[in-house]
Amino acid sequence: MTAVEANGKWVGQALRRKEDPRMITGRGNYVDDMIVSGMLYMHVVRSSEAHAKIVSIDATGAREHPGVYGVFTAEDLDIASGLPMAWVPPGVEIKTPEHWPLAKGEVKYVGQGVAIVLGSDKYGVVDAAEEVLVEYDPLPVVVDPEKALADDSILVHEEFGTNKTHEWSIGGGDMDAAWQEADVIVERRIVNHRTAGSPIEPRVCLADFRGGSLTLHLTSQNPHLIRLFMAGEFEMSEDRIRVIAPDVGGGFGVKISHYPEEILAAWSSKQLGRPVKWTETRSENLSSTIHGRDQIDYVKVGAKRDGTITGLECKAIADFGAFYTLLTPFIPAFTGFVISGCYKIPNLSFTAIGAFTNKMATDATRGAGRPEATHLIEVMIDQLAAELDMDPLELRRKNFIPKEDFPAEVAIGIVYDSGDYHGSLDKLLTHVDLDAFRSEQAELRNQGKYRGIGFSTWMEICGLAPSRVVGPSGVGLQAGFYESSIVRVHASGGVTVYTGTAPHGQGLDTSFAQIVADRLGITPDQVDVQHGDTGTGPFGLGTYGSRSLAVGGESIARSTAKVAEKAMKIAAHQLEAAPEDMELADGKFSVKGSPDKGMTLAEVAGGAYIPENLPEGMEPGLEETTFYDPENFVFPFGAHACIVDVDAETGKIDISRYVCVDDCGPAINPKLIDGQIHGGVVHGIGQALYERIHYDDEGQLVTGTFVDYALPSAADVPSFETDRTETPSPVNSLGVKGVGEAGTIAATPAIVNAVIDALRPLGVTYIDMPLSPQNVWAKIQEAKGSAVPPDPGKQGGSFDEHGSGSAGSGPTSPSEGGGL
Amino acid sequence: MASRVPITVTVNGQRHVGDVEPRQLLVHFLRESLGLTGTHVGCDTSNCGACTVHLDGDAVKSCTVLAVQADGANVTTIEGIGSESDLHPMQEAFWEHHGLQCGYCTPGMIMAAADLIAKNPDPSETEVREALAGNLCRCTGYHNIVKAVLSAAKATSGQEVTL
Repeated sequence: MTAVEANGKWVGQALRRKEDPRMITGRGNYVDDMIVSGMLYMHVVRSSEAHAKIVSIDATGAREHPGVYGVFTAEDLDIASGLPMAWVPPGVEIKTPEHWPLAKGEVKYVGQGVAIVLGSDKYGVVDAAEEVLVEYDPLPVVVDPEKALADDSILVHEEFGTNKTHEWSIGGGDMDAAWQEADVIVERRIVNHRTAGSPIEPRVCLADFRGGSLTLHLTSQNPHLIRLFMAGEFEMSEDRIRVIAPDVGGGFGVKISHYPEEILAAWSSKQLGRPVKWTETRSENLSSTIHGRDQIDYVKVGAKRDGTITGLECKAIADFGAFYTLLTPFIPAFTGFVISGCYKIPNLSFTAIGAFTNKMATDATRGAGRPEATHLIEVMIDQLAAELDMDPLELRRKNFIPKEDFPAEVAIGIVYDSGDYHGSLDKLLTHVDLDAFRSEQAELRNQGKYRGIGFSTWMEICGLAPSRVVGPSGVGLQAGFYESSIVRVHASGGVTVYTGTAPHGQGLDTSFAQIVADRLGITPDQVDVQHGDTGTGPFGLGTYGSRSLAVGGESIARSTAKVAEKAMKIAAHQLEAAPEDMELADGKFSVKGSPDKGMTLAEVAGGAYIPENLPEGMEPGLEETTFYDPENFVFPFGAHACIVDVDAETGKIDISRYVCVDDCGPAINPKLIDGQIHGGVVHGIGQALYERIHYDDEGQLVTGTFVDYALPSAADVPSFETDRTETPSPVNSLGVKGVGEAGTIAATPAIVNAVIDALRPLGVTYIDMPLSPQNVWAKIQEAKGSAVPPDPGKQGGSFDEHGSGSAGSGPTSPSEGGGL
Repeated sequence: MASRVPITVTVNGQRHVGDVEPRQLLVHFLRESLGLTGTHVGCDTSNCGACTVHLDGDAVKSCTVLAVQADGANVTTIEGIGSESDLHPMQEAFWEHHGLQCGYCTPGMIMAAADLIAKNPDPSETEVREALAGNLCRCTGYHNIVKAVLSAAKATSGQEVTL
């Protein structure tokens, strides 16, 4: 019997979400909403110094504060191991510092935990924490990664004798040949500055240790891995720990990692015999939740006069901060995996060099290494086009991997699954009349108005991941990357799906239900999707890296197919037909051509659970499990265009149009895809124009609140025009690719290229992000040869600390001058 | 511990008498004393608007109002404007137009949007965007939120929304 064919009734529909009714009525269930009897509040006393010896900690006053149950420091903590970092690259020496939940003897960044205070009153515990007196003996500080890598640098970790963490490379071809064959070589230093993922829900945990078991409610993107780590730290069997991620208010990568506070809350709960809750403030979120990006890319690209690219080389200096979180040093490797972009480049070389600095750790935030790659590639393509005096789109087309080459192996040895890069660009240009734009642009320039257009033809690698490729003997991550699912049909015909993914806004309850409904002849309303609770479903790897649909969804599709196959056998048996004469049609497992001779899923389930008439040897019940490990990654792609107006007097940028054509394979739910693209692009706009995590030269965090760290608001961004092409992936049966990070991966170079396009008449040929008015204005002045006054937003340091001055421009306010 | 102050607040039509610390924020009174956890906290500086409620008919950020300042006032929270079986038009529009993803900013966003529509029944896209500038969303990119608000506004007049 062949596999039961999905009926295609629900997949592809722009259904509204099953998740929404509780959320729009204020009945969501987030961790901070939970209050448990006897619960204590935890407050973390954090370092005010970027680098200092801890001389003494005097908690006398805090301990005497009414309602305080305990004050603890690193000396009190008796846990078996510190915070994990999951990458052990074969053949690469990597310096990995011990990372404990509270500082031991020395602090190395502002915001590092020094002590915890536990108390019964939410406000009182903060009062008490004010009375924990920490005496510091300040040490010299290094915040600039390139200065940190100099031989005579101040050391973040004395024991290593260097701030260099490791050097990791990937490449293919022959770089000498690449430069010899090139008629033109362009080199740039591209700063991809530090940002914060900034989910609107900060991190929260509620730990309850009782009867030798731990229950931890946590704002997590991967509760199963957290359970595994905590089992090690507390030397417990995993089955005694239950980690639950209920509704999670956004993640953007920052809720992947394992953090000190969840260990501290669990340890305190065990110590004090009370449930313990910790709720992060936004200031703590900006100082002590992982940051993203912070990569300085030295890029060199060569091409023949006709535009044929001969080679691309990138040396990335990655600022990791003082300690690693779960994946810190691995993130730049992701840049390397897609260093070929959409292009056929015979010679490639990518090297990542990591640096310790006295800052918070960087780790995965939306896109994790791929936004950096797209940015540097797509900006360099435009830079090269200018050097060649060639149309940037013609240059792209000339070097695109053609559709017929897929699956296409690029020079670094990675095989792209499917693609149609010409197709997405062509479709984009049906929405953007480039000729009309150019004449309008010329007209405006005559009036002294600067409008520009920029493109980004992007691709990425996602659907993490084939375990054999990224696992311990492959790239070196110490985990598998399959995804689990159980599809359980209840006796009455309702369906519960357990997934190992951990959605936090993606709408998987809905899209997964659509996949299941089609394969069982029911409606999505009849499918309940459960996730985020280690006490229910099988071990799963969580939601990040645009993996949930391509890996988790495929796992569910496979479990559902197995259920459908069993259901078909039961129906065939009871209808006295041969299984090969059966089909799933109109909600019934029925005899082909005889729709009245069929059974609904509920009828089949009844038969499966009251097993009076099952085929010989068949087990009762109707549920199936799958652990799906993909054969390859998936490679989404697309083409974005951005049109900007730049006020040359003030440097202010206004995005007047943003058009996207994206391809993530066949749509399961187009509404959700568009939503991911909108949000992803605004995340990219945020980095390009407004957001920047900024430490001063003393390592003080200048952008420690949302007053200073400027997330874009509705008033700062346009509405979007979205369209799609659908190129199925051969990797999974759904043909799907990820879309959660796509917009962010695509957006920044489109914006930067547009701004450069606008300002070329003024002599501006290159600019780094963030494109704050200050930065843009300064760049215009510089191009005019005018003296540029020092940036008032930059504390200390030279204007040019990060090359172009962009990274030196201080906090920007997106709404400033926005007419608000 | 500071002395406590008696207050009487009507929340979603229900009268509540409480004893609060003078420094207690209205958002904490709502969430922790009354269990109305639909109102969220997303920042410490009144930037994000996740805590937006209506105080005597005006949208306010309840993290910037002391509970004692609400003494004698009428407060409406997300739980008070509609229910799953009887959605407010703004709630319905957010659902229909996919105006939420993680849902965390959503209650504040809906309350701010409902306030806008009550005062300006036919706003332009720019007016919607400016009115919501005090409510941050990291998931949606605002596109579908704006679409939802315009749709809720136009629902009564039967106009189509294209965005």
